[in-house]
Amino acid sequence: MEKTKMTDERNILEVENLKLYYKVSDGLVKAVDDVTFFLRKGETLGLVGESGCGKTTTGTALMHMPSPPGYIAGGKIILDGEDIVPLKETEIRKRIRWEKISMVFQGAMNCLTPVYTIGKLMTETLQEHRAFSQGEKASEFSKSRKTPRKMNKEEARKIMVKYLNYVGLSEDILRRYPHELSGGMKQRVVIAMALFLEPKVIVCDEPTTALDVVVQAQIINLLKELKEKLDLAFIFITHDLATEAEVSDRVQIMYAGRIMEIGTNQQIYGEQGPMHPYTRRLLEATPRLHEEVEELAFIPGTPPDLLRPPEGCKFHDRCDVTMEKCKTEEPDLIEVEDDHYVACWRCRK
Amino acid sequence: MSNNKYLVEVENLQKWFPTRRTMGEVFKGQQRYVKAVDGVSFKIERGEIFGLVGESGCGKTTTGKLIMKLLDPTGGKLIFDADDVTHLDKVGLDTYRQNVQMVFQDPYASMNPRFRLRDVLEEPLIIHKKGGTKAERMEMVKKALNEVRLQPPEEFMVRFPHMLSGGQRQRGATARSLILNPKMIVADEPVSMIDLSTRAEILHMMKTVQRELNLTYLYITHDLSTARYFTDKIAVMYLGKIVEMGVPNDVIDNSFHPYTKALITAVCEPIAGKVNRIKEVPIKGEVPSAENIPQGCRFHPRCPYAIKECWEKEEPVLEEVEKGHFVACRRYKEI
Repeated sequence: MEKTKMTDERNILEVENLKLYYKVSDGLVKAVDDVTFFLRKGETLGLVGESGCGKTTTGTALMHMPSPPGYIAGGKIILDGEDIVPLKETEIRKRIRWEKISMVFQGAMNCLTPVYTIGKLMTETLQEHRAFSQGEKASEFSKSRKTPRKMNKEEARKIMVKYLNYVGLSEDILRRYPHELSGGMKQRVVIAMALFLEPKVIVCDEPTTALDVVVQAQIINLLKELKEKLDLAFIFITHDLATEAEVSDRVQIMYAGRIMEIGTNQQIYGEQGPMHPYTRRLLEATPRLHEEVEELAFIPGTPPDLLRPPEGCKFHDRCDVTMEKCKTEEPDLIEVEDDHYVACWRCRK
Repeated sequence: MSNNKYLVEVENLQKWFPTRRTMGEVFKGQQRYVKAVDGVSFKIERGEIFGLVGESGCGKTTTGKLIMKLLDPTGGKLIFDADDVTHLDKVGLDTYRQNVQMVFQDPYASMNPRFRLRDVLEEPLIIHKKGGTKAERMEMVKKALNEVRLQPPEEFMVRFPHMLSGGQRQRGATARSLILNPKMIVADEPVSMIDLSTRAEILHMMKTVQRELNLTYLYITHDLSTARYFTDKIAVMYLGKIVEMGVPNDVIDNSFHPYTKALITAVCEPIAGKVNRIKEVPIKGEVPSAENIPQGCRFHPRCPYAIKECWEKEEPVLEEVEKGHFVACRRYKEI
């Protein structure tokens, strides 16, 4: 995919030809297959797709923690000017994970240990990292000391309160147990924990899916405010195109481990509409509240089995504008207009 | 069989779950309750799709379970096909369950993984002693699979649930609910676990089946957008009570209750140019616990329009403000 040269100093994260495969007894599942994209400083990139399209897998790859039996089979992840793929696990833990890139996992709010108070849970993250973090990224607390040490309670508390305030929670949350908090509050706690070590990129995997609409809107507002205030870049993973329209500056659509289309919010949701047939039909299938429709559109068929992916374009058997070429050759992702990338033979001039 | 217009009539239905008592309460002889459903009344016409919409914890699933007779109501009345079915004995329940069937939310958990699809579908026939011989039962299974467009049925009958996609499982689950020829189906979030591209397909199939067999649906969901497309009438629930009810166009485009209005503003829509705006969410906080329902109007602590009357006077009742459009709010005219 050399044609799509994306290198640029405005980018905080560049992913080049990333491959993440799962080795299973029946063969190789190419969950993320040759994916190239970038993330600019201070923007939100949306990752959309149906379940099994590789969006969460991409997220875990960026954290350099593919869940076994997955492994990174190739490609580059250039985070803040440094390729993190060849780094050793100890190095990643020390300098990268949670320090430069952190993640709000799907359903993380339901995984808070029930027997710990929020304060204890949050201190743990902080102590673990600040205990061995040193050098350039060391916080003001450990900077003055030569040897790394555990933070004392008062220092940890100060940081925790600061970030709890950022996410709109008060100090007394620290003494509470997870079961005493509502879903929205737990999600805020999890977001605060991802912010702790001042990372530059935060990957949010379905942060609003399990929440009610009103709370969902509150969390979306919170993420927007944090982005402004802390100058963060977000990767927002969801299966819902409607949510993505509200949060993402640019949207990236994935299908069967491949990127189908990347476009700005305006290019995807605007008057002109998306270019890739998959995006177009997915958008048609998204119900809109204020529009009366007699018949909702849908895409017949199911996503392909990634153990035995189809030849050619992965979407060709469900596509309504298939050509002969689509069945044999897979299209590359190319830039069709400014910031708009599409992988479809139909969209070539 | 009566020719009553309404298939289901629910009158002031209540379900209170007792909480565990503290020592003090035991000595004082007190008992507190979680009022999951606290006086709900509505009627479902024959051949209608009735949508019950609300946030989690509003009591919509409990209402569905009460109508399914999976739970016994604390109070109120439930009339099905002109018969009072509020309290049924075992025989009555057997007949009732043939008439009312359920489609569950999670198609991955609602089927026995060691049953083939034909066994899954045969099970209700065996329980209710329908279809004399195995061959007859298999014919009925085939018919049901044809109805939900799992074609050819012979191929799908021998599959195990893990060999089906999410959409196909939900079709299978619908077929299972259809096999006893019910009059009504209670569908609790039938598409919320299904991918977007197939979600519309499932809804479409359910609607087609409903029209062909003249079924009545109770569709329980938190998703206003699908409810608008799918239902003939929507009831919005909040903390165990219905706050607004009417046809989808009235409730969504012309809503009166501040809670409904807030829900509608909060829904995300796939339209460009909203990314840099912070959305105004008119209500604050989250749904209070059903153990501690606020005095007066139960929505007043979160309502931006609440005045003194709202918490001092008794709770507003659901009244008809336009033809077929019901609202439970004291100030609906002013706001």
